Amino acid sequence: MCLTCGLCSSGCPASGLEGMDPRKFVRMAALGMGETLLQTPWVWMCTMCKRCQHVCPMHIDIPALVYEARQHWPREKRPRGIVASCDASLKTETSSAMGVSPTDFEFVVRDMLDEVRTTQKGFENIVAPLNKKGAMFFLNQNSREPVTEPDEMVPLWKILNYVGADWTYGTLGWAAENYCMFAADDEAWERIVRTKVQAVEDLGAKIWLNTE
Amino acid sequence: MESIITWYARWIREGKLPVTSDWNAELRLKFTVQDPCQLVRKSLGDSIANDLRFVVKKLVGEENFVDMHPNKSNNYCCGGGGGALQAGFPEQRRAYGLRKRNQILATGAHYCIAPCHNCHSQIHDLAEYYGKKWHTIHLWTLICLSLGILGENERAYLGDELAALGL
Ligand code: SF4
Ligand code: SF4
Repeated sequence: MCLTCGLCSSGCPASGLEGMDPRKFVRMAALGMGETLLQTPWVWMCTMCKRCQHVCPMHIDIPALVYEARQHWPREKRPRGIVASCDASLKTETSSAMGVSPTDFEFVVRDMLDEVRTTQKGFENIVAPLNKKGAMFFLNQNSREPVTEPDEMVPLWKILNYVGADWTYGTLGWAAENYCMFAADDEAWERIVRTKVQAVEDLGAKIWLNTE
Repeated sequence: MESIITWYARWIREGKLPVTSDWNAELRLKFTVQDPCQLVRKSLGDSIANDLRFVVKKLVGEENFVDMHPNKSNNYCCGGGGGALQAGFPEQRRAYGLRKRNQILATGAHYCIAPCHNCHSQIHDLAEYYGKKWHTIHLWTLICLSLGILGENERAYLGDELAALGL
């Protein structure tokens, strides 16, 4: 068990927030002070980055404890932003945490593609395929791109076109993010992953390519 | 699931993506890179971190790349992970990010490349909040800049010295 060496805490950027740090968290768990651990909002400030575990001589999985503590929070008490993002992703087949529907996504991609083709010299024939069957790559994309900065998708398309990659987006399951994991909602987390895997398999793509 | 960074590295090695750092020969802009926890420590490990460095060095010139310390699997989280960007504790999120800010400042880099959207949002926010000492960019921006195919509207995160380069 824990050697109280403090390596976890000295390398944790969340040490000191809310008077908590990973060593203290582990010690309190070992001493049966679970009630306090289930109350502290620190579990939402730890990013579950796993650096503490990486440097721990005993390889103690502190973020797993943090995850468990998150699970003990009643859903309505968990940070609203995280839960709302999870809920939004469950409501659409795209799994987008920003609630982008399949048709919205298709519209943004086509619109952006049209703009590039008509305004940028040398890119009259650039492609951004949607739902192409049997492609080598199924590309995912963070929702922030289509929603807040669609222009940022273009450099990615240009690179893929440049190398002649055989790729496609899917109008379903394209979103890269999974806030249900952060919300510590196991069932929803799994549902999101399954939706995405299904989308890749339905199109018969060989490789699910993560763009971030 | 695979990472596009592995493929960038492969395409560069195969000559399909003939990027160069010529554009930076005189500018000598310094670049550092964030190793996303999700991608490096939590999934693909140092091999993807090495691919990332291979790609970045080709893009900016070996002598213009400055690593953070610690780095790769041992890197610090930017503070935007685990849902932190949506958790509603901005003050604590930025306090967490202080360590990343100090790490970036210690490199003296003009640009921090953040090849994960979460890291990009957090590191960009840290730069805005703590005095705009560096620019935060996506990796694809730099690849297209190097290939001379970066469009006018695709430069939102570039600084003045690169805003019109190659247009
Ligand atoms: S690094 Fe591991 S052994 Fe050392 S104090 Fe932290 S949990 Fe305990
Ligand atoms: S997982 Fe949490 S406790 Fe561990 S180093 Fe990261 S932020 Fe700190």
